[in-house]
Order: sequence, then structure tokens, then C-alpha cells
Amino acid sequence: MSENTITFEIDGVEVQGAPGQTIMQAADAAGIYIPRLCAFEGLPPYGSCRVCTVKVNGRFQSACTQPIAEGVIVENDTEELLEFRRNLVDMLFVEGNHFCMFCEKSGNCELQALAYRLGITAPKYPYMFPADRNVDASHKDIFIDHNRCILCARCIRASQDLDGKNVFQFVGRGPEKRIAVNARARLVDTDLDVTDRAVDVCPVGAILRKHVGYATPVGERKYDSAPIGSDIEAHKQ
Amino acid sequence: MTKEQEHTMAKPKIATTSLAGCFGCHMSILDIDDRILQLVELIEFDKSPINDIKEFTGECLVGLVEGGCANEENVRVLQEFRKHCKILISLGDCAINGGLPAMRNTIPLQECLDEAYLNGPTVHNPSGKIPNDPEIPLLLDKVYPCHEVVKVDYHLPGCPPSADTIWQALTALLTDKPLELPYELIKYD
Repeated sequence: MSENTITFEIDGVEVQGAPGQTIMQAADAAGIYIPRLCAFEGLPPYGSCRVCTVKVNGRFQSACTQPIAEGVIVENDTEELLEFRRNLVDMLFVEGNHFCMFCEKSGNCELQALAYRLGITAPKYPYMFPADRNVDASHKDIFIDHNRCILCARCIRASQDLDGKNVFQFVGRGPEKRIAVNARARLVDTDLDVTDRAVDVCPVGAILRKHVGYATPVGERKYDSAPIGSDIEAHKQ
Repeated sequence: MTKEQEHTMAKPKIATTSLAGCFGCHMSILDIDDRILQLVELIEFDKSPINDIKEFTGECLVGLVEGGCANEENVRVLQEFRKHCKILISLGDCAINGGLPAMRNTIPLQECLDEAYLNGPTVHNPSGKIPNDPEIPLLLDKVYPCHEVVKVDYHLPGCPPSADTIWQALTALLTDKPLELPYELIKYD
């Protein structure tokens, strides 16, 4: 074994990675899927959604931010952690206004796909039906629907880190926290372009392109038959 | 045990209803196609729009509830279902999360009524009044998912749930097997 290899364990399986890798990166390479929502390949780790929470030597850590270390024991696919993730996904569903039945993103939505994979048939918490979420359809090619936003900050990070712009930011705190556009008024007043990566990275149907909705028939969409994470698990060693 | 009791035991009853729903989930029940012949071998329908029985005639094994609770009548029917059904199932997204009717939940009820009966661009209402006949069930402040009104035992999501989902659930319950839906049958659209 070379000095540049770190060996550790996920759910009893020996996994090897390089120094500096996070648990999620090493797991992905080994074909082990750790559920996630705010993490996105190509964006720096953010650690806000906590869906990727694993146990490292018995302590809760987010797999997207925690670096690997020699000999650590990681728990991922355990009933305790699955229940923890179900609770998080449940909370995200009741906190917003998620109407899957008519949402353009349905079938390609990561929040929905995660709920499918976790076997959620109904959230256990009462629905909040927040009334303060608006839709900004001012831009000719893009709209933002705050009813569906889960505050993962992917758009903020993609706009800054990949597009070299600063279109989105958080405003407010706690339950009032929301995504805002960096403009005096509306989305149309920003320099957001339809080709920006910030438009693509939204895991839910909050930021969508106009004119292209419902293009893929039901049955052929991304998560219709293959659960989220199947692509990672496909290259299991 | 009398012959009659034996007969009732041999054939459990199913009741169905549509509260604040569109009957799409009931269409999906019919969509089990010729399996409905197997189903009537296994069960009898009690109160249901399928046979037009208006009131419960006895205790049921399974109650399938489509739609959420938008008015006081929905609540009354749902409570009756809970009372008469051993296993209560929320059938479809409206029963589970309010569905399309719940889109009004972000708008105050008075504003909804004013828009529908007074201010809407296509409203023709010379009386200028919002209907208020005692025969009309009063609307609730918002549309409630069924499990926020009574205890619900199982949820079958989908808009509508596919016929396979309904078939899988019913056959599992009727043959005393655990109700487990495979990945392909949990869908929210």
C-alpha cells in the first residue's frame, strides 16, 4: 500500500481513497451511494442539507465535508441513518409547497427521487403550506418558483464558482431565509443567462428553463425506473 | 357461527369514497381491468360510488379514500370511514397532501370566495352574494390531508396511483401479507 492511499471502511466494506478526498468522493469512486441534496459534483462541499449524514467512528458527520482518514469506520446504509434522512426529506416536503402532480421537474427531481428511494409514501409532519412564496417569471428564458426551493444554495455557488457571476444570494434568517436575486427588482434585471450552470444545478423545480417543460414522456424520465444513485452504484467494484 | 357470518368472513368488504378529489383515483381502481373479476371473487363492495351504495351497511376491512378534506361534509364522511373500516388508506396525492385543491391554502378563504363569486373576470352573479345555503357544506379554512384529520393506516401516492399500485396494496391486505410497494410503484405524479 502506498503512502498516498487511505484505507477505511463503509458499512463493513473496505474502501480506498486519496488524501484530501471527502468520504462522499471516496464512496462515489467505490460505487457506494450516499444520499445527498446540496452536494453537487464540481461545486465545493457546502454541508447544509445534512442528508448525507453518516456516522464516522460513531459520530455524526456530513459525508460531503468530512475528509477520509486511515482506519475510520463509516456507517451509511443503516436503519438509523435512513430514518434520519427520511425525516429530513419529510421536513423539506412539508416546509414548502411541493405539488409534484403538475411540476415540470417531476420525474427528474432529486428531492422527489430521494423520497422514492427512501420509500416515503407520505410525510409524517403536518404540511405548512407557506403563503409567502412567490414566482418570478420576469426573465424571458428562466423562472424561479420559491414554493419549491429547498435552500440548497447550489444556484448561489454555481453562479459564483462556475459562471463567474453573482446572481443569487440568501436573504433573511431562520424560517424567513430565502433565495433572492442580486438585483433591485426581478430576475430579468440580473445578468443571468439561460446557458448559465446556475440554471441547471437546481435539484428541484425552483429554477427552470421556460419553453421546454414536460418534454420527456412519463416512463422515460430520469428517475422513473432507476432510483437516484444507481449511476454511482453501477460502478461498484 | 351462522352461515351468514361465515359468508361475511369469507368475503371482506371494501368501501371507497371521493372527498375533495376528481375521481381520477377511482378511474385508476377501474383500470385494474379484468383483475376486477378476481377482486370481486375476494371482496364485496360496501359504500362506494362504484355500486352507488350511499351509507355503510356494516363493518369493512378496507376503506379507500380519494381526496383531502375541503369542507365539513368531507370531514364527516372521512370520520365515518375511520369508524367503519379496519384499515384506512389514503388513495392518491389529494388524500395525502391536499393535491390541487390545496393550492388555495396559500390564499385566505374569503379572497377565494370573492374571486369565485364576485370579482373573477368571468363571474355572472347578479345577486352579488356568495352562496350560503344551509344545504351547502361549509368550506374549511384550508384543505387538509386525510391523515391530519383521522388516523390513516397506509398511503398510496400518485396522481393517480397506478392500477398496479392499487392492486398490489389490495391483494397484500386481503391475503394478510405486508403492504410493501416496490420502487416503480411509489410515484407522486
